[in-house]
Amino acid sequence: MRRKWFYLALSALALSALVLAQGRYQIGTPLNEKEVQEWNIRPSILANGVGLPPGQGTVDEGAKVYAVHCAGCHGSTGEGGAFTRLVSEPFPITKDTDSVDFAIGNYWPYATTLFDYTRRAMPFATPGILSNDEVYAVVAYILYQNGVIDGNEPMNAQTLPKVQMPARALLELDPSTQKRFPWIKLP
Amino acid sequence: MNRRKLLQLLSKGVAAGAFVKLSPGLAQGKIPQGATETMKVLGATLREYGERSEFEKDVIRYISPNLRSRHTGADFSPLEKLEGIITPSSLHFERHHGGVPNVNPADYRLVIHGMVERPLMFTLQDLKRFPSVTRTYFIECAGNGQNGYRNPPDMTLTATRSRGLVSNSSWTGVPLSILLKEAGLKEGARWLIPEGQDAAAYTRSLPLEKALDDVLVAYAQNGEAIRPEQGYPVRLVVPGWEGSIQVKWLRRIQVTDTPVMSKDETSEYTDVMADGKIHAFTWVMDPESIITYPSGLQQIQRGFHEIRGLAWSGHGRIRRVEISLDGGKTWKRANLEPAPDALSVVRFKYNWVWDGKETVIMSRAWDEKGNTQPTQEEFFAKWARNNRYHYNAIQAWRIGADGKVVNGDKTLAGAPERLGAVGRGGCGGES
Ligand code: HEC
Repeated sequence: MRRKWFYLALSALALSALVLAQGRYQIGTPLNEKEVQEWNIRPSILANGVGLPPGQGTVDEGAKVYAVHCAGCHGSTGEGGAFTRLVSEPFPITKDTDSVDFAIGNYWPYATTLFDYTRRAMPFATPGILSNDEVYAVVAYILYQNGVIDGNEPMNAQTLPKVQMPARALLELDPSTQKRFPWIKLP
Repeated sequence: MNRRKLLQLLSKGVAAGAFVKLSPGLAQGKIPQGATETMKVLGATLREYGERSEFEKDVIRYISPNLRSRHTGADFSPLEKLEGIITPSSLHFERHHGGVPNVNPADYRLVIHGMVERPLMFTLQDLKRFPSVTRTYFIECAGNGQNGYRNPPDMTLTATRSRGLVSNSSWTGVPLSILLKEAGLKEGARWLIPEGQDAAAYTRSLPLEKALDDVLVAYAQNGEAIRPEQGYPVRLVVPGWEGSIQVKWLRRIQVTDTPVMSKDETSEYTDVMADGKIHAFTWVMDPESIITYPSGLQQIQRGFHEIRGLAWSGHGRIRRVEISLDGGKTWKRANLEPAPDALSVVRFKYNWVWDGKETVIMSRAWDEKGNTQPTQEEFFAKWARNNRYHYNAIQAWRIGADGKVVNGDKTLAGAPERLGAVGRGGCGGES
């Protein structure tokens, strides 16, 4: 009887050694690239522009998108609305600027973030309703309102990552984070 | 005061009178009318899911009456009404960016993709099949303490509104390192971009090293399924780091070689420093402590009090907590209970007999790495007054001769007037 248990235990061990070959449990369903894309409905846009979709939009088109989808909450020109102001001064912020006046032009370090966030989460109550062209357009409008771009060229996957944000000059990696992760570099 | 001194005092009869005062009903020999009624009738029947006593209904999270939306913003754990170290799940602080999604676990999937050998999809059942880990960790919003930025200080401050954006739970889940091994990391992988299944499709950047160290993909909180407000059915628990990186309603993890620089790691959760620079990736929560009794807007009487409070640090274990009963001139060591766990809240206690004279009491925590809490002045030498996060300066409570307890923080000379949390939404905001 004892012996039987011994062999049973041994074969269970052998089995788990097999399952755990290469330290894996063999749990979970593999996905192909197409299936991953189906799941990835709000792809992240990296600061270097990787992930930006085709399409484009101008400041004028953006003004229309903004008036319909954004002005109700963020104010008719990006300030004075019930929620977060998107346009403010000074450029960039200083240590005396009240934090309610932190906005896109004076606090945001990367223009790509504006595309990522708008497509990801805005309009607040109905996220995901804008087309890529509309997102590019409203991004162009907000950057223009903030005095960051002159509006002469449309925003698209080539132009947006090149936009320099004034607050990028203020941004640095936290020194204690740098010490612990020496390899980290901010984009 | 330590226990021996107290006993000496008690034997001298100084504090004995105060003990009596604490129970006036008994002192006057009066037994409340209703006290024996429950012994004459049958009580309530068995029930499938427990509810707290109807007499405890005022122990609730604090939601600022000034919020313009309850779909974003934060509410606070009622710290001064809780005991021990575990925050009841229903009173865990909240912070959402697009409301609380109602996720059906049957439809739940987690996908790991990007720089991996095998993109994988897990069901909730899959996640539960892996070896599990249960640990007690605090989660604290980076905006906790935001009222400390107010100048002059808010005289209506309570312990809840001072530090209630911290909660402590027992979390159960599968180590993220196991899932990453299952998918197989590709050469050059450095970052993870976790994404939530909420209306904000919330994302952040998490360095792979931390993920491989101690991050949990958690599915249980205090023994039952995670509460919807805390990320049901699955969230990240990133021990010791700011709450905002511990993505809730986790649906997707993208493995990359660069961080995403999402809105919530640039526009929010970056820190303005005293030199005007803005710091990114200020992840670790520095040591903090708060006296919960006696604390703001409570009233005490002369005599014995067990000073109680909470302490925690994102750098590791709490090594000691000190109490000052004289506005910071001298410090005495408090008792810790239970033996501190790394990256968990610990309860501190200190026996004290209040003589009825006006005084200012404070607590300050030290962690095992030697970090401690700054004074207000020390804090603002490093951080800008318009910063919104990581305020961890010592909180003082002033006890008046009438026993009323109010905010004991100082008005900082030469510093501009600021409303602090009032007038703004977001994490720790109160508008
Ligand atoms: C129903 C109200 C509402 C509408 C409509 C709306 N927003 Fe917002 N927006 C908000 C709220 C609330 C927040 C804060 C979200 C949070 O707490 O994370 C916000 C935040 C933002 C931010 C981040 C601001 C910052 O500095 O952190 C941007 C950018 C933004 N919205 C852009 C837009 C755009 C573009 C549109 C139109 C396409 C839009 N919003 C429509 C309510 C709204």
